[in-house]
Amino acid sequence: MNTSLKWIKDLVPGLTCTPQEYMDAMTLSGSKVEGYTAMDADLDKIVIGQVVSIAPHPDADKLVICQVDIGTKTIQIVTGAPNVAEGCKVPVVLDGGRVAGGHDGTLTKGGIKIKKGKLRGVESDGMMCSIEELGSDRDMFPLAPEEGLYILPGDAPVGEDAVAYLGLDDVAVEYEITSNRVDCFSVLGIAREAAATFGKEFVPPVVAATGNDEDVSDYIGVTIKDTDLCRRYTARVVTNVKIEPSPEWMQRRLRAHGIRPINNIVDITNYVMEEYGQPMHAYDLETIEGREIIVRRAEKGEKFVTLDGQERTLDDSVLMICDGRKPVGIAGIMGGENSMITDHVTTMLFEAACFDGTNIRLSGKKIGMRTDASSKFEKGLDPNNTIAAMNRACQLIEELGAGEVVGGTVDVYTQVKGEKRLAFEPDKYNRLLGTQMEAEEILSYFRRLELVYDEKTNEIVIPSWRQDLECGADLAEEAARFYGYDRIPTTLPSGEATTGKLSFKLRVEAVARDVAEFCGFSQGMVYSFESPKVFDKLLLPADSPLRDTVVISNPLGEDYSIMRTVPLNGMLTSLAVNFNRRNKNVRLYELGNIYLPKQLPVTELPEERMQFTLGMYGDGDFYTMKGVIEEFLDKAGLNGRPEYDPAAGKSFLHPGRQASVIYKNAVVGYLGEVHPVVAQNYGIKERVYIAVLDMPEIEKYATFDHKYEGIAKFPAASRDISMVVPKDVLAGEIEKVFENKGGKILEHYELFDIYEGAQIAEGFKSMAYSLSFRAKDRNLEESDITGAMEKIVKALEGMGIELRR
Amino acid sequence: MKEKLQKIREEALRQIEASKDLSRLNEVRVAILGKKGELTAVLKSMKDVKPEERPLVGQLVNETRAGIERMLEESKAKLEAAELEIRLRHEVIDVTLPAKKNKAGHRHPNTIALEEVERIFTGMGYEVVEGPDVEYDYYNFEALNIPANHPAKDEQDTFYINDRIVLRTQTSPVQVREMEKGKLPIRMIAPGRVFRSDEVDATHSPSFHQIEGLVIDKNITFADLKGTLAEFARELFGEETKVKFRPHHFPFTEPSAEVDVTCFKCGGKGCRFCKGEGWIEILGCGMVHPNVLKMSGIDPEEYSGFAFGVGLERIALLKYEIDDMRLLYENDIRFLEQF
Repeated sequence: MNTSLKWIKDLVPGLTCTPQEYMDAMTLSGSKVEGYTAMDADLDKIVIGQVVSIAPHPDADKLVICQVDIGTKTIQIVTGAPNVAEGCKVPVVLDGGRVAGGHDGTLTKGGIKIKKGKLRGVESDGMMCSIEELGSDRDMFPLAPEEGLYILPGDAPVGEDAVAYLGLDDVAVEYEITSNRVDCFSVLGIAREAAATFGKEFVPPVVAATGNDEDVSDYIGVTIKDTDLCRRYTARVVTNVKIEPSPEWMQRRLRAHGIRPINNIVDITNYVMEEYGQPMHAYDLETIEGREIIVRRAEKGEKFVTLDGQERTLDDSVLMICDGRKPVGIAGIMGGENSMITDHVTTMLFEAACFDGTNIRLSGKKIGMRTDASSKFEKGLDPNNTIAAMNRACQLIEELGAGEVVGGTVDVYTQVKGEKRLAFEPDKYNRLLGTQMEAEEILSYFRRLELVYDEKTNEIVIPSWRQDLECGADLAEEAARFYGYDRIPTTLPSGEATTGKLSFKLRVEAVARDVAEFCGFSQGMVYSFESPKVFDKLLLPADSPLRDTVVISNPLGEDYSIMRTVPLNGMLTSLAVNFNRRNKNVRLYELGNIYLPKQLPVTELPEERMQFTLGMYGDGDFYTMKGVIEEFLDKAGLNGRPEYDPAAGKSFLHPGRQASVIYKNAVVGYLGEVHPVVAQNYGIKERVYIAVLDMPEIEKYATFDHKYEGIAKFPAASRDISMVVPKDVLAGEIEKVFENKGGKILEHYELFDIYEGAQIAEGFKSMAYSLSFRAKDRNLEESDITGAMEKIVKALEGMGIELRR
Repeated sequence: MKEKLQKIREEALRQIEASKDLSRLNEVRVAILGKKGELTAVLKSMKDVKPEERPLVGQLVNETRAGIERMLEESKAKLEAAELEIRLRHEVIDVTLPAKKNKAGHRHPNTIALEEVERIFTGMGYEVVEGPDVEYDYYNFEALNIPANHPAKDEQDTFYINDRIVLRTQTSPVQVREMEKGKLPIRMIAPGRVFRSDEVDATHSPSFHQIEGLVIDKNITFADLKGTLAEFARELFGEETKVKFRPHHFPFTEPSAEVDVTCFKCGGKGCRFCKGEGWIEILGCGMVHPNVLKMSGIDPEEYSGFAFGVGLERIALLKYEIDDMRLLYENDIRFLEQF
């Protein structure tokens, strides 16, 4: 929303503030001012001059020497403008003044300084200006020539300020109006707020009765068929229409709002739309057949040509304005070509209606057009405003002599909006705000907003335009806005003490972050949605359940269209970014959800599972990654021994270098080297290792409880065991034997040598472990250790392992 | 005998003084006091001494031994000190050579900012809770006083799964889920991922994070909201930070406000960072709308509360002076390593 500051000041005569003061105060009372532009910021010392005489330039064919009367004196100006003529009145910038830009329309920040000088040897004391040099254009000043000086009307007062005369001494203010304040999408609404903000009087235009002795119902009848979509339809008729330019004052105000002046009728409808926030439409009554207007839904597939010449296809959700035989406009969006006002119009039908906001918004979307009018209707206008706007428009018709207003109004108002009242509860407002305003003080703020207090019922009568006020909290805000948010005290909540804490889930995630970072991994963040193509990149089989996804119905594009079911793509994409940028030894981790649909099509919320994903290339290998996992499990309180099953079944991992991580017989994650084809799909030409831990599963076993178990008092005894092992026997299997057969006294074991090659038979490997035994309560006897070792050895031998003694 | 002892003593002194290192000194000690040492030999010959002279001679021998031992100790201490000095001199290192680091990884700036916010609010007794990213339309809109076809639904450019399920556009649905639990009072913050269909550029991302705050109790006022957020801003941006509350509109709060803080670069004087305004907008807030309380089963006549929503990326970008939001989701290690 934009307004001219001058227009606001005309409606609030007591307003004397600077634009900056206006901006600050309005923002603090709730009408946020985004910014303002002084239209004359780059204009200086520009007056109305009259060309007295013109003489040829002695040394230049295209230049002439003009004597120009500037009121106080006559100065000499050399110009090359083609349209200069004796007697014409023009804007003249004097020596030391500034213009906004060049005559080609390019603007210069800070303006261009104009100085006395010589043009081809002839003295020139200033410059006569085109409209472009004044920072405007032919759109806003349709009478300006395509090229040359802007010729002012014959009655322009010589010597006066030309900028003010053209209405360029105004400030365009831009507001961010919130969607609830429909009334503030109008000059009157903003002016009312300004008056309340500054505590000045609001002086809206006085609209007198209009119309001749004729009766409008002899001209037109109105029927609303779909009253749910059109609450009110107000119509009046103007005869003897005379199309001509609107007066300067009206053009000035429209220009300040960025609206191009066209002719008196169009300008009046635009003016009233700005002033009252009520869109209006004018039809050529002679094109309206059957002397009637029917408001009804379009038929499915109905075609209609709007006044911009475009053919539109409609359906039965779109509301149409029709005459006795045909549609003449799309309600609230755009009129029809078949009924539009032309320069030859003699009798005109004015429409001011109230359409359903939601329907207009949806229809606009459906048809693919949004107009100034529809964007106003979308907000849901006040039905009581139509008649005021209509009468204002008719008053302007009469004032401007644009035609003869026919007496009477056709006003079909189906569901009359009743008066709204809210209880006046000053204590409640104070309780909510933490203030101690007196009732009278609150009422003084309300009065400024035309919220009337009914003493008898202790109620506040809500004006029709304040559709946003519906409960006590709304009124509390009205009081607070004008009391001043800045004057409300600052306190801290009292009452029952609460404990600040993180959920258990978040605490486990914090451990994951700490451990990952301790191990050299930096945290990345990736999107939750990705392309369905990633499944092929990850070599997932066609029947993989991970391909069942939650699909976004209106994605930004295919690349962001499904909610991820596996965190690999995000990690590999991030690693690839680093690889392509030649970053060495990259280690990343990510904590983010995957989204697993519970059924397809999706009818309830998917399962969101937090995944702790680690990825790296460069230094380190599979076992480095395994170390990080064990470090994490340990710190998260999973102190038991994790197991690793090489049959993890991950298509995207190297078939011989992957494992499920198993804790207490539950799979809590997996790790491995990324399959070379997958790495290639992501353009990473190094070995990549990843690990994914399923946090909900980890949480089941995680704990932050610790118990001291004492420090061993009795000495440990260690035994080394050296073996020749068939190659396909895993270390994990051997260690399981230690665990199962070593008994309580086996405290610890550690692989200290593994070797394949010379001296070891093909198909075998040599492995050596150190086992350490200790009892908590006594010195171990040799027989204890021998007993345990014998059990272990026996079991190992059963696996085809040969002990080397 | 007396002379003999005197001689031993003198010879010992000579040899001790001549010892240049600890091992030589030890040899001397063994030669005199050892099992086969000279003084030991004297002691062994005591049996030849007349019984009546034995106490005297014994005393002499002991005195001599004590004297030699004392000399040995003194010399040993001196030699040890000298050797330590030499060792320390030889062990001088270049302390400016490169460090051997563990090379710990780095936390994402979003997380650093989030942890700051969490620290501030848990300190004030707020619980950190979460809600689902994929959410029912009801929680994301309807229960927040945004009925079907409300223009706010358009404004927020919602991603839909179907007509009942959306990617949440705000963390506010967590408010409703907490209130529905019926456990009062509530003091919570809810950080999380939110989604809006904005194309990616330097200041927009279709996926970003918010932190929702909610307090529900008896007698909670707008003044409490102001005090809480002023405290938050000072903790987050520095003791000198001032806050400005501007009236605003959100469907689920009334009264509502937007909050600006004084620019922490220029302190409010106006600079390039704050586009000359001296103030930076950081969050939206307000008193929980009575309709929202009612829909969640809380009596607005008995309880009141406030809510606020902060954009996490906004805080991170401002606080760490990151000029392009895309950096947050690229995960270039050279970016991450700066945090």
